[in-house]
Amino acid sequence: MLDCADPKALEGLHWTLCYLTTGKHLDFYWSFGTVLVLLAVTAPVALAFGFAGAMAARSPVLPVRMLGKGYTAMVRGVPDIVFFLFFVIALDQGIEWLVHQVRCPDWTDPIRNGLEFRVCPQAKVPPGTAPQAVHQIYGFVLAVVTFAIVFGAFAANVLYGAMQAVPRAQLETAEAYGMTAPQVFRRVLVPQMWLYALPGLGNLWLILIKATPLLFLLGVQDIVYWARELGGAKTQAYDYPHPDWRLWYFLGLMVFYLAMTRGSEVLIARLSARLNRGQATMAGEAMRKAAA
Amino acid sequence: MKRLILGTAILALSAGVSLAQTVRMGTEGAYPPYNFINDKGEVDGFERELGDKLCEMAGLTCEWVTTAWDSIIPNLQSGNYDTIIAGMSITEEREQVVDFTQNYFPPAASAYMALKADADIKGGVVAAQTGTIQAGYVAESGATLLEFATPDETVAAVRNGEADAVFADKDFLAPVVAESGGQFVWAGEDVQLGGGVGMALRESDDELRAKFDAGIAAMKADGSLNELIRKWFGADAATF
Repeated sequence: MLDCADPKALEGLHWTLCYLTTGKHLDFYWSFGTVLVLLAVTAPVALAFGFAGAMAARSPVLPVRMLGKGYTAMVRGVPDIVFFLFFVIALDQGIEWLVHQVRCPDWTDPIRNGLEFRVCPQAKVPPGTAPQAVHQIYGFVLAVVTFAIVFGAFAANVLYGAMQAVPRAQLETAEAYGMTAPQVFRRVLVPQMWLYALPGLGNLWLILIKATPLLFLLGVQDIVYWARELGGAKTQAYDYPHPDWRLWYFLGLMVFYLAMTRGSEVLIARLSARLNRGQATMAGEAMRKAAA
Repeated sequence: MKRLILGTAILALSAGVSLAQTVRMGTEGAYPPYNFINDKGEVDGFERELGDKLCEMAGLTCEWVTTAWDSIIPNLQSGNYDTIIAGMSITEEREQVVDFTQNYFPPAASAYMALKADADIKGGVVAAQTGTIQAGYVAESGATLLEFATPDETVAAVRNGEADAVFADKDFLAPVVAESGGQFVWAGEDVQLGGGVGMALRESDDELRAKFDAGIAAMKADGSLNELIRKWFGADAATF
């Protein structure tokens, strides 16, 4: 077992090992997990938002269509950073306001008092007594919802375009076989549209990976926050004083992000090949000829 | 719809939590020795020890939260925590939006730190942290103000030549100068700024403020506050 009881007396490799296993560094390593979990949760949720948005935008019912188109237009038109700064606060306060209405109907003090936003203590979400971990999870959930709404809007537009790109002849054939509209959608349109959606969705995925440092804006301590915190010069007030090492920490982050994006590119290329197989597209035709 | 569902889910989750008073203490965690995050990943420093002591005296359960300096007041107002205890100087400008306790750290000197003692602090580029009294002072001193989000970046800016000097609380810079092995020196004269450091609370939180106020007064009276200041800032630090 590593003995790190007296850090200032350590030297060389022993110091390095102790330094790299401090509680703060463990938090740093965990934050990589935070980012990966965020990606793993946000991507499907955003895709679901996008799918719903695209379906709404194609709906024959006017109000639904307007809702779908309005969602994409509004979110796409607002800069991400504004969305992240404003929307999360609004969402948070909106939730607390709702809880407040339910739990404290007798509350007479104004909720908005100048710059202050004050609901009754029972309406605080999460409650003020909750451990810090609950606050962090709540912040993380807000982050996922925000990311999902933003990226869902972009995905909606990509999927809408992809649905429009499926040749009309394919759908007509299905109709000629006597399929109902939902059957055509499910059996013909959706399986074929992925092919057209993939490049756009791939772009979005890469942008999502690179957008994760925005987490810090939302108060989630992500890898960029920890890299900056750990890399900064440390005086003797700390157990492990060291000069400014931010360059090395950020280089580490660069390797992480490059590995993530490169890995994604490889996977997307494979997925694309898989989707093209047997399709009446140029890529599909080329594959057929190569095999023949 | 999504919002409603989320709201209801959280409502269900948080139902039945008891309401013993927990006070959330907001700090920056990047300003040693006032407050910093130690190598265990916990908030540490003069203010951590002081805050814990004050909470113990007032019989409160306290929880520490860190946040970025430039959003530290808005986050207090929107209720993400209940107090700011982050080396925040008491100024008239801030008094207009928050309420301060009496100071727990006497009005202290701010100082310029540079690579050489004759650095141009009146007409050159001076780094300071955004939203601090020092930044306000530099802006009016005739020098070009270069602002950074964290104290650490202001020091780094001088080291790599981006700024001629950094202007900050002397107590923050002192260990940096002492440990730089001669790289950093003081430049110019010290400047007295602000009315000391106090805890900031929402203007509507008078009751909680009174509790902390009483605690600080008691610690001033029995000398334990001075002891704490000397422990973190050295034997010749300014005391009450």
